[in-house]
Parts: sequence; C-alpha cells; structure tokens
Amino acid sequence: MQVPAPVEYERALSVEEAIALLVKHGSESRLIAGGHSLLPMMKLRLARPEVVIDINPLAGALSYVRREGDELAIGAMTRHADLLASALVSEHAPIIAEAERVIADPVVRNRGTVGGSLCQADPAEDLSAVFAALGATVRIRGPRGERSVDIDSFHTGPYTTVVEPDEILTEVRVRIHPGASSAYEKVERRVGDWAIAAAGAMLQVSGAAITSARIGLAAVGAEAFRAPRAEALLSGKEGSPELFAAAGAEAGRECNPHSDQRGPEDYKRHLVSVLTERALSRAYARASGGAAR
Amino acid sequence: MTTVEEGKAHVGFGRMLRKEDARFLRGKGNYVDDIRLPGMLHGAILRSPHAHARIRSIDTSAAEAHPKVKAVVTGATLETLNLAWIPSLSHDVVAVLATDKVRFQGQEVAFVVAEDRYSARDALELIDVDYEVLPPVVDAKRALDPDAPVIRDDIEGKKDNYIFDWEAGDKAVCDDVFAKADVVVSQEMLYPRVHPAPMETCGAVAWMDPIDQKLTIWSTTQAPHAHRTLYALVAGLPEHKLRVISPDIGGGFGNKVGIYPGYVLAIVGSILTKAPVKWMEDRSENLMSTSFARDYHMRGEIAATREGKILGVRVDVLADHGAFNNTAQPTKYPAGFFHVFTGSYDLAAAHCHVRGVYTNKAPGGVAYACSFRVTEAVYLVERMVDRLAQELGVDPAELRMKNLLRPDQFPHVTPTGWEYDSGEYPRALQLAMDIAGYDELRREQAEKRARGELMGIGISFFTETVGAGPKRHMDILGLGMADGCEVRVHPTGKAVVRLSVQTQGQGHETTFAQIVSEVTGIPAEDVEVVHGDTDNTPFGLGTYGSRSTPVSGAAAAVASRRIVDKARIIAAAMLECAPEDLEWDRGSFHVKGDPGTSKTIQEVALAAHGPMDLPDGVEGHLDATCVYDPPNLTYPFGAYICVVDVDPGTGKVAVRRFIAVDDCGPRINPMIVEGQVHGGLADGVGMALMEAIAFDEDGNNLGASFMDYLIPTSLECPSWETGETVTPSPHHPLGLKGVGESATVGSPPAVVNAVIDALAPFGVKHADMPLTPAQVWRAMHGNPMRTDLAIQ
Repeated sequence: MQVPAPVEYERALSVEEAIALLVKHGSESRLIAGGHSLLPMMKLRLARPEVVIDINPLAGALSYVRREGDELAIGAMTRHADLLASALVSEHAPIIAEAERVIADPVVRNRGTVGGSLCQADPAEDLSAVFAALGATVRIRGPRGERSVDIDSFHTGPYTTVVEPDEILTEVRVRIHPGASSAYEKVERRVGDWAIAAAGAMLQVSGAAITSARIGLAAVGAEAFRAPRAEALLSGKEGSPELFAAAGAEAGRECNPHSDQRGPEDYKRHLVSVLTERALSRAYARASGGAAR
Repeated sequence: MTTVEEGKAHVGFGRMLRKEDARFLRGKGNYVDDIRLPGMLHGAILRSPHAHARIRSIDTSAAEAHPKVKAVVTGATLETLNLAWIPSLSHDVVAVLATDKVRFQGQEVAFVVAEDRYSARDALELIDVDYEVLPPVVDAKRALDPDAPVIRDDIEGKKDNYIFDWEAGDKAVCDDVFAKADVVVSQEMLYPRVHPAPMETCGAVAWMDPIDQKLTIWSTTQAPHAHRTLYALVAGLPEHKLRVISPDIGGGFGNKVGIYPGYVLAIVGSILTKAPVKWMEDRSENLMSTSFARDYHMRGEIAATREGKILGVRVDVLADHGAFNNTAQPTKYPAGFFHVFTGSYDLAAAHCHVRGVYTNKAPGGVAYACSFRVTEAVYLVERMVDRLAQELGVDPAELRMKNLLRPDQFPHVTPTGWEYDSGEYPRALQLAMDIAGYDELRREQAEKRARGELMGIGISFFTETVGAGPKRHMDILGLGMADGCEVRVHPTGKAVVRLSVQTQGQGHETTFAQIVSEVTGIPAEDVEVVHGDTDNTPFGLGTYGSRSTPVSGAAAAVASRRIVDKARIIAAAMLECAPEDLEWDRGSFHVKGDPGTSKTIQEVALAAHGPMDLPDGVEGHLDATCVYDPPNLTYPFGAYICVVDVDPGTGKVAVRRFIAVDDCGPRINPMIVEGQVHGGLADGVGMALMEAIAFDEDGNNLGASFMDYLIPTSLECPSWETGETVTPSPHHPLGLKGVGESATVGSPPAVVNAVIDALAPFGVKHADMPLTPAQVWRAMHGNPMRTDLAIQ
C-alpha cells in the first residue's frame, strides 16, 4: 500500500466556499474532484498538499453539457463518462467523444472530470489537445471575480496553468461553427496508457474549401498544444489527401517531442504526421458531409 | 465453453467449480495483509535512490525521535546479529540491509518499526543517508569491460563483474555439424527483463513469542517448508520453534519463491520490539526490488540442410543477474533449464554457453512462470526456426512439421541431456492449424499484402520441462526436490489431504481433492485440502516451475492408492473373503461375481476406526503418506498460432486471434487448465508487446509503477481459442504433466513470429520485445531499438 503524507481534508459545498477555503489555506491547498491524478501523485509523495478541498459536492452545480446559443457549455465537474455519453457533444464536437473513448479506462472516466484534467495540465492530456483544436475558452472564478481565458493562453507550461492558487475553473465553452467538424486520433502502448502521441483536428469547410483549421497535439511538446504552421498550410485550400499529408508532415516537424519509454523522438514526429493526416481527413469528410460521423 | 453441473457430487477428474472460490468471490480470502494480531506494529523499508553508491553514514536519530517509532534498524544493527548478509539460492550472498554500498536502485537501506503504517512511512523521510554516488553498470554488455566499476567489492579479491560460465552439449560435435551444414542462420536477440507483478505484493507478519520462543511467520511464500528450513539454517533458529504460514496468496509466478530482506526484517523487528511486526511492500517496491525474470542477451545459430532438415542449434548467452546472484533453481544448474533450448526438434547436435554477470540492477532472474528459464529457451529456438524458414523461403508450419520429433522417438534423449517422456507433436500442430484454418489465413494474408495491409501469422511449438525434480539431480541448497503428502480418511468417510505445495491461485484446493477423489472414489467435495502451514503439512519444496501436479500430484495419487490398498484388506475382512477376490469399482469393493456383496470406501473407513478385529499386520484407521521423488521431469507441450494485424502507419499491433493447443496429459479439471492457459497467453501477449523493465544511464528503473510497467488488459487480448491433445506421461502415476506455465512459455514467440511475419514486406528479420508501436515502426525502417536501455 502506498501511503500519502499527512494531509488535512476540507469539503466545499459551493463554489464560493471552495474559493474561501482556497484563500484560507493558501498555496499548499489543492482542490480534489475525481482525484485520479492528484491521489496517485500524493501516494507516491510527488504531490504533498497540506489540505485537500473536496469539491465533489459541486457536481450538482458544475456538471452539465448544454447548448447556449452557438456555444456548448461544459461544466468543470462533468465526468469523462458523461461527456462520452452526451448526444450534444457527439453532434457538435465529435472530437470530444472520440477522445473520451480513449481516455484512460471506464473506472477513471467515471470519476475524472473535465476541469480536473485541464487543471492537471499533463503534457499528454488528451482534453488539452481537444480543446486547443476546438479553440475553447475556459471560465475561472476566484476572490477577484470571474474571468474568461482563451485556451491558447491557458497553459503556462507542463502541469501549470493561469489558474491561480485561489481560483477554480468552472466551465469550458466551445463555439459551434457552421460547416465545421472534427476528429481525434491517438496511439497508446496499451489501453489506459497516456498517448505516445495524439492529434485532433477541427476544420470549417465552405464548399470544398477549408475556411478555418485548427490542430491540437498531445504528448509531443507542442506550444499551446497547437500546430500553427500546419494549420496555416490548410487555410483557404481545397481539402485533398496530398494537402492533409503535407499538413501532417508539417505538424510532425514543428512539434517538440522528446524520447521516453513510450517512443523515440523520430517515431513521435512520424506518429504526429500520420495521426494529424488521419484526423484531418476524417474531420474534412465529416465537415463536407461526405462520410459518416 | 465451461459448463458445470451444480448440486451433484463430483468424483474424480472433470469440470467442477473451484472449492476455494466460495471465499474468493465473496472477498473473504485471508491474505497476509489481512492478518491482524493484538499489539501488532508496522514496518517500512527505506530504499536506495541510487543504483550504485557508497554509504558514508546513516543518521537515524530524527526517525528514532518520532513519537510512534519503536525501532530503527540499519545494516549496522544487523551486523551485530550476523544478519546483514544472507546466503542467496545460487552460491552468493545478498544484503538484507546495505552496509557498505547500495548496488541497485530500490535496495534496502533501513527499516523502521512504528505503531502504524503511516508513521513508519513518514519516519523513513527522517532518516538521513549520506551517499557517495558511484558510476553504475547498467549495460550488461559493458559489465566485463576492463574499466567497468566493480559492483561486488564485498567479495574478497573481486576485481570484475563476472559470475559464472556454464555450458551444455558437446561443443566439438556441434561445431562439426555446423561446419558441414548447407545453411547456417544466426540472430542476436534479447529477452528483456520482465516482472511477475502478482496482484498481491510481497509481505510478512512475524511474531516471536517471547515466552515460548516460537517464531511464527505469515508470509507471501510459494515454498513455506523451504523457507522454514532456510530461516533455521541462516539465523540459527531451531526449526521446531519455527512455523511458516502461507495463507491465501494473490499470485506468485515465481516472485514469491525467494526470501526477501523484508521478511527477515519483520522477524528482526519482532525480536527487537517483542511485538508482532507486519511488513507489506507497495507496488513500486515490488516492481523495483523483487525477483524479475529473463534479461538474457542471446546469440542463436541454427544449422540445416538446403532441403530444410534442421541439424543443430547453438547459443551464446550473456545473462544479466543484477547485483547479487540470487536466481532460484536447482543448485547445479546456474542457467536453470535453459539447455532445453533444443526444443521439439530432432537435432544431431546442440551446444550452449551461458555467462552470468553482475549489473547495478535488482537481483533475481528466475521468476515469472518460466519453469527455470524454459521460457527463454523456447523463445530462442522458436525464433531461430522462424529465421531459418525465412532464410529458406519455406512456410514456418511446414518447416516445423518436417522437423518435429515423431511419436516413435520417445522417450527421447536430447543432445543436451534431457529425456523427454512422451509426445505426439505433429498431431498437436496439425490440430492447431486446423482450428486456425491455416491455409485460409495464408491466402487472406497474401491478398492483404497485395493491398499494402500488414497481417502476420506466427507459430510456436514448445516443449515444457517441469516437475523438478529427481533428487539425484536436483536440490535447492542441499534440499532434495521431493515432496510429501498425507491422506487421512476420517471415520465417516470424509478425507483430508495435506500438501507441501501451496496454491497461489492455481486451484489446488479443488484439483488435489479431485486427485484423491479420482483414486479413492471419495467425492471431491468430501476431501479437504490443507496446505501452506509448516506445522500442519508434510515437508516439501513448494509450488513453482509447474511442479505441483507432477510432484505433489503424484505424491497424492500414490498416498491415495495406499489408502485403497489398505481399504481392500479391511473390506476383505469385512466381507470374509480374500483381498484378491475383491473388485474395485472406484468408491467400493465387491466380491468378484457377486456385485451385491460390497463395501463402500466410507463403510471401510468406519470399520477401520471401529472395534472389528483387523487382519494381522493391519493397523487401524485409514491413512497413508508418500514422499514422492519423481523419476524424471514431465514434458508438456503445445502448438500455438497467433494472428496479428499491424497498422502500417503507426506500427500498432492488434492480436486478432490466438489458437492454443496444449497437451499436458490428462486434465484434472479442464476448466482450471483452460483458466491457466488463458492467463499464460495474456502474459505472453504482455511480454511480447508491452512489458519490459529498462534502466537509464544512471541505473534508474524505468518500470517502477503500473503507469510505466504495462500489463495487458482484456482489450489487448483476443478471445482465446483453445484445443487439447492428451499424451500421458509414462512415469507419473496418473499420467499428469502439469500446465501452469505452458502458455507463458509458449506464447511470446508465437506473437513475435506473427509480428515479424507481418513485417516481411519490409525485409524485417527480427526486433526485440516488447514490440511497442515505436519498436515496430523502427523495425520497419531497419532500426529496431535495444529494449533494455532508456529510449534515446
């Protein structure tokens, strides 16, 4: 049995109370939702918060997927399993459903939350790449009020985000673009492992032309989980296998993977190329109405 | 498909539900960590963060000042008890707690005993160890370099990292065969370091009763009797005052054969504190410090005629044994049974040379369902046969069929000295090919290749070598590998069978009851199996190397026959006839020609305990014992076929089908056999595709958690297709051969052969396990990686 260091436990019944507890206990306190990242790190004593603030009572208020105008609003306490089961998500952001299908395993998906995944900010986090591809915004509340942050400026480095120690991420918002669709591709050594590399794509299409393209990459050190040079290749062009292969190759070149036991750098770059190409092809087919969702 | 009739008495072999599952399925097992004794304290081990470092000093004062800490033990403490080092199972010594140096990451440095597990763990952080970090030996291939750091400077005069050289087979004859052969193919291959990773980690509860000076140890051991004797020999404790209890065990796979420092420390902790002490390692401790398996760098060569008649196999092995030579196998075989690498083929000659070296890694080497390195041997020969097929451009099934030993060649003595007991190899391979639809699969593959799709078909034919072993050849530290059994029939006809072997999930409580039932006719439900407690069972060396059925199963059969023999005499007295006038109907005797005049075994049991005058020389009661010294090993075998699909873009392998035909002789309980085969096949898929412990250049263990050391899930495993042939062992009383490790031994080469077959369009000849997506892609591009080192 792996045993964590001594830790105090608090339980927040509202967002306001969670913020008040964060203010009270300072930077050595941590929010705990699904706990599937924090608890293992605590057991290995890699994380040693003095206080954990349990926000599971907030699930009632912060667990939802709903359409608000031309946006999808996803509450931070929404569990992975709920996201996977959501018809709204499948309809408007198939990339999310495809990613959720390959995130960890059912046990983790039943407990882990969207907000927890984003705030943990693991460089291999699938949802970071997904929301980067979708151009999401996140809502953050704290003692100084509420703010919205573009996903591109959300991450400040591996395992770090703009969320201050006394703040809480409450919601993720995704714009529903007309004529757009998306797809996600991931290769892992085994079901439940982190990605060796993963690529998501969102394409907005008008006629045969790509009017907007966003690519999200996980586990390969991509700045803001994006592949801007590959995206630039796509904009305004007509979709074709050659174009997607070229964009994939560019994504493979511009990301910044490092070798580890999941694979050497050259393989990861290759994998990014292949997965980007595949995600682009499928997203394009979907957006053009050419292939099944 | 397993179907079991409920509510009916089961006599003899056949499918029946596992008796032990009544408690396991309810979560009511009793594992070491479930043991709670009054006043029990908890221990935790401080481990080395470095692979190689000199210990300048250890300051334990802050830990000792912790209010809940009862004792802190260091190597210095143990030196005063003469317990800092203990003998290994392979003519070496092992540090219980490091005194001079640490020699692998995760090595035991200090032990804290505290009132609770949390405090013990917290206090570890209060111990200050001053290390002088030394350069480590990580790459086994560099271990014998002249400038390599010397790991074992504790051994007087030791100037290098050499352990042993060992050979088998006639080198001159073999070299001659190779010199004259039309075709010789050679291949370097690594069987990487893998870990048994049983669901239950290792642990112990020790209680030295200060009044009667009796030491009781509940521990995760596959060999309670061997442990008791070794504790007695090592610590000078009187053996009659030692009791080792192995309660329910959550998987062993060889990981729980040896004596770990933690067990010794729990004992020392109990002696020092005069209280029971529990020590239970966590997952990372299990993965980092306990017995691994394999780590064999092999160079194989195979010689054949142009027509595809295999003539010989020779192998050169560099064996990485880690920091201490602590492999567990019969004493005179430092490379275990590796010399069974001649496999299932009719060879003119064979030779192997194995060289063992020290590295700064955890010790071990023989663990994980390996039958003493038969896993490595089968992998070697089955990869070599596929390499030969590739070189000759012939179908690997056809090449095997042509070279398999024929039934009329048994008993067969191999060029390395094994005497295979029985086998019908071509029949098993043909059955596997029939189940697979082999020719159709090859047609499908050809079509797919034409479209650029990668599909592979891999075959493995293995011969296992289990049931160690004949006392004249095999002992462990001087203890002969014979096992005892006692069968006692109670007055009411129910029975108890006491065994030296210990189940870790294999279903002994069911299968041994079935063995007694098969012979005596007493329903299996009426036979209680007692094991895992040295005070209540006869001596024997325990469960590993698939030896329970071949050795203890034979002991149980012989003891049961002795029961029946005695019952015959008593029944004859009851029926007032001569014993030879009785016929045995399994469960009852009747007078020949008069089926109505009979006595059941239960009636005989009551009479044996009753007032009746028994014939001269027959004592009362109905019990018998046997110590079984097997005349030979048993040789289960099987034919496996694996079908894989490889994504040409990503290198990801999907195992589509797996056909396993096993021949383990008669099956005691086919359901349990199938379960063991299923588990072993999953093991094989894991080792072939994802499992490995690599080390970085500083000697850091890169597989120290289940995030890093991957074990396959149901999603990586196909629905297994199993088949059977039955070739009884001629020397086992019931013809049984054992099956525990067959699938683990046989499956990895089938998976690897399938993947390499899929990659044939790229000209790939070999790539080492695990065949991760990255490794497959690298192989496709002619640049496969070394899988024992950090990926660069």
